[in-house]
Parts: sequence; C-alpha cells; structure tokens
Amino acid sequence: MAKYIPETIQKGDLLPPDVQALVDQKAKKSAYSYNARRSPYSMLWTVILSIVSVVYVVPVLLVIMNSFKKKAYISRNPFNLPTGKMFVGFENYVSGINKIGFFSAFLNSLIITVGSVIVIILCCSMAGWYITRVNTIFTKVFYYLCVFSMIVPFQMVMYTLAKTSDALHLGNPWGIIVVYLGFGAGLAVFMFCGFAKSIPLEIEEAAMIDGCNPVQTYFQVVMPILKPTAISVAILEAMWIWNDYLLPSLVLDKTKYKTIPIAIQYLKGGYGSVDMGAMMAMLVLAILPIIIFYAFSQKYIIDGVVAGAVKG
Amino acid sequence: MPTFIAFMIGFIVPFGLGIYLSFCKFTTVNDAVPVGLKNYTDMFKDPEFIHALWYTALFAVVSVVTINFFGFAIAMLLTKGIRGTNLFRTVFFMPNLIGGIVLGYIWQLILNGILAQFDLTLTFSEVYGFWGLIILMNWQQIGYMMIIYIAGIQNVPPDLIEAAKIDGATGRQVLGHVILPMVMPSITICTFLTLTNSFKLFDQNLALTNGLPSNRSELLALNIYNTFYGRVGFEGVGQAKAVVFSLIVGAIAIVQLVLTHRKEVQQ
Repeated sequence: MAKYIPETIQKGDLLPPDVQALVDQKAKKSAYSYNARRSPYSMLWTVILSIVSVVYVVPVLLVIMNSFKKKAYISRNPFNLPTGKMFVGFENYVSGINKIGFFSAFLNSLIITVGSVIVIILCCSMAGWYITRVNTIFTKVFYYLCVFSMIVPFQMVMYTLAKTSDALHLGNPWGIIVVYLGFGAGLAVFMFCGFAKSIPLEIEEAAMIDGCNPVQTYFQVVMPILKPTAISVAILEAMWIWNDYLLPSLVLDKTKYKTIPIAIQYLKGGYGSVDMGAMMAMLVLAILPIIIFYAFSQKYIIDGVVAGAVKG
Repeated sequence: MPTFIAFMIGFIVPFGLGIYLSFCKFTTVNDAVPVGLKNYTDMFKDPEFIHALWYTALFAVVSVVTINFFGFAIAMLLTKGIRGTNLFRTVFFMPNLIGGIVLGYIWQLILNGILAQFDLTLTFSEVYGFWGLIILMNWQQIGYMMIIYIAGIQNVPPDLIEAAKIDGATGRQVLGHVILPMVMPSITICTFLTLTNSFKLFDQNLALTNGLPSNRSELLALNIYNTFYGRVGFEGVGQAKAVVFSLIVGAIAIVQLVLTHRKEVQQ
C-alpha cells in the first residue's frame, strides 16, 4: 500500500539543531493548529466525547458489576447494582476458577502467546531480511505466498491444518507455537520485508568488511535497526494470538490444554445451561490482565498499530 | 530456514491439501475419493449457505460503512486539540484488546438485558442478531480505525489547509476537497481491514448468537465451521465452501484495493 510522504523535510533527516527545533515546533503546532481558533466549541466536544467514552466503558463495568451478583439475578436484571440479597461476593469467581481451571488456562495462553511471538519475531525477521537481500525465484515466490496468506481466511485451511498438526503431534502448547509461526508468518514477513528494504546496504557491507559473518551481521547490525518493526509485529501478533479461539480449539488437545477463550467457550458448551455467575467472573478475569497491560504500555500498542497499518 | 518449514506446515500444505480435498468426498484425510465438481454443485443447493452468503454480504456493507464513518468522525474531533484527547483515544481503543469470544458474551448479556424489557431475546429473530453483531463490531473496531485515521489526518500538511482557507474554502470544502483526498491511503487501509474482518468474522458470531435461531444468523465462516464439524459426510462440501469463501474474500479485497488506490492523490 502506498506510503504517504508528508513533507519535504522528514523526521529522520539530519538538520542543524536550530532548524530542527523550528521543525519540531511547527510539527507540534500543525497537528492541532488549523482548528485551534474554534475553541468555543471545543468545550462542548469535550463534554460530548466524555459522554461517549462513558458509554464505551459501560459494557465492561456492567460485566464487573454482574460478576458479584447471584447467578439467578444476572439475566433477569443485568442493569441493577448488586445490592442486598443479590450480592454474593467472590463466590462466582471461586466456582468459575474451579470449573474451568482458569489458572492453567491462563498459563497456557501466556506460554503460547509469549512463545509464539518470540519465535515469530526471531524467525520472520531473519526470513524478511533474507528475502530482501537474496534475490532468487524462490524468495520472490515465498514473499508473494506470504502476502497471499494474509488474505486467505482461516476457514480455508482449518480442517486440513488441524489434520496436519495432528499427524505431526503438535497438539500441545509447544507444538502450537510452530503452527502459529507458520500461520502468522505472512504478516510478519511482509512487514519485515517492507522495513528491511529501507536499510541501506552499505551498513551491512561495512559490517562485513569489519569482519562480521552473516550471523553476526544479523544479530549485531540488522536486528537493532529492525527493532521498531519488531515491536509492532509483536503487538499485532500478540493481540491476535492471545484472543484467538478457533485455531487453538482445533489444534490443541482440548481435554488436556485450554487457553482462556477456549475455557470461556467451554463454560457454555460443557453444561446444559450457562452458569451466568461463573461466566461473568471469568469474563472479568479474562479482561483484567489485558486492561492492566494496556494501561502500562498503551503508547507502544497504539504506535505499533499505526506503524503496522501504514506499512501494511 | 525455520520460517519456511513452519510456513509449509501452517499454510502451504493445508492450503494445497484443502484445494485438492474440495474435489473429494471424505470423512478423514486418508479416505478421500475424488468426486469432481459434485461438492460445488451440492453447495449451491444448500439454502443455509446461500442465506449465510447474503447475510454476510449485508453485514459487511453495513459494518464497513458505519465503522469507517464513526471512526473517521471521532478521528476528526480528536485532531482538533480538544482537552482530554489522549484519554479519549485510550478509551476508544480499549475494546480492541478484548478477544472475540469475550466480546460476544459481554454483548450477549447487555443486549439480552435490554431486549428482556420487551420480553424478547437476542436469538428471537435473525434481525436482532444482525444488529447485535453490528453494534458489537462497531464497539470493537471504531477505536482501531480511529487510530489509523488520526495518523492520516495529522499527516496532512497544515500549509495546504491554510492555503485552502485563504482561497476562501469553507470548513466543509476543506474537509471534502483537501483532507479527504489527502487521507485516502488511510481510507484504503481501513476499508480493507474492516471488509476482510467482517467477512472472516467468527468468534463474535459464535459467542453472541451461535447462529440461532436455527442458523439464520450464521455468517459464512460459522456456516463453514458447522458444515465441517456439525454434519458428518459433508466435509467435502465444507471444504468446497471454504474455497469459494477464500475466492470471494480475495476478489473483494483486490477490487477494493484497486478502487480506493485509484482515488489516492500523489503529492
């Protein structure tokens, strides 16, 4: 997709410090300047947007509120506060955690997500670098296959993928990392390729002349330059893998290993009627770690998403 | 190259096998018998599939339009230097981090709670399921698209806007003739993402209504899944559906990219 070049002077350009300061100042102003004169409306918009944000957060608050209610009351009056006899404290949490083995599911999710992301970053950055530097038919075909695989819906391969991974005994948290590497490679390789192209070849040549072998060049020169891309890839892939339901539910041996989405779905499927109390409690536990994580790293996450989208 | 080996396992082998199996009748991979195009003709005789096809198409159109409209509108507001911009941005983006299954159950609770006031449930009619999914997807994806649009709008050179204002352009003209053409790359990306996301939607559909009542609120992805794992002997048909599904998604994605790319302006 087209990369948009904003102005003749770009962020990365080397400028004398005084000019740089001017450019920075201008950039800071420009983002907001053209409507700054309309400030009388801005208060009104703040109020409107505040209301919208509250509406945005309400669903999550509702779930938290309901997780403290007795289960019989949840579907009948979900909007009432848990007061009086409705309030059950942490009972729902205890029963939910016991029913689906939440902590082992959490651990599995964590192992799979962290493991897959690390493996994807390592392998795909290497692959992306290799593809851009080695120009053969093989690398070209591989690159276009990666782009192609980003569009193909998962349903196309789900059945055969499940069978293939069964045949290779990949139905455990360690095996599924390989599957994720394979299926997540498309996006990652694509992004690393896009960025690796912009690294000047001279830097690597200089490293080679200084006596680096290709492996050293990769780890000590290329890898640090690719770091920003690596962060966005990591964020995009982690968001996908942590929340993915279908792939692990087909590939993993579900009697032994569950991830959080599978565990929550199991709460519904495993019992005739849904235990709304336990369900609400587990939803809260599923959301909470993400929100906390988000609160600490939101800047990276948002920047990563933007970078990923612009390059994609 | 470990990536290549994993890519073989994770994509190329299943993909190739998938195409081959779509021409076969089978219950496991090993007893596949070629049957020619029978799966494809069977597929179009399945009324549920046809229904899912239209349902998905309608869903994709409505959700792409609403998500991009609201996403862009909020992005415009948040680039005006309103107080609390960062906080709003954080809040609006938050639902993206919550997984599809969890989202589905959250909204099932809320929408059922609202509909219960009228003695209805979400699974009473496919119409409720449809709008429920639209609301859910809007809630989830507006924030993501907003972030991309914000980046696009901030990239518009302020000189251009000033020049247009000096030439006497009104606010609406500035938006229509300067800002919109300049953020066309972002629009391309956002429509691409929303379009493919809506077509591939699965988790949310499964958790919110699970296709109830009687598979009427089933999107294509869920329909294919149910063909595979709900009905014995229909695996071939399911695979054929998946091939058609991929072709549709691929074709639409390419057409959309070409169309919106053409509107992008070079500077």
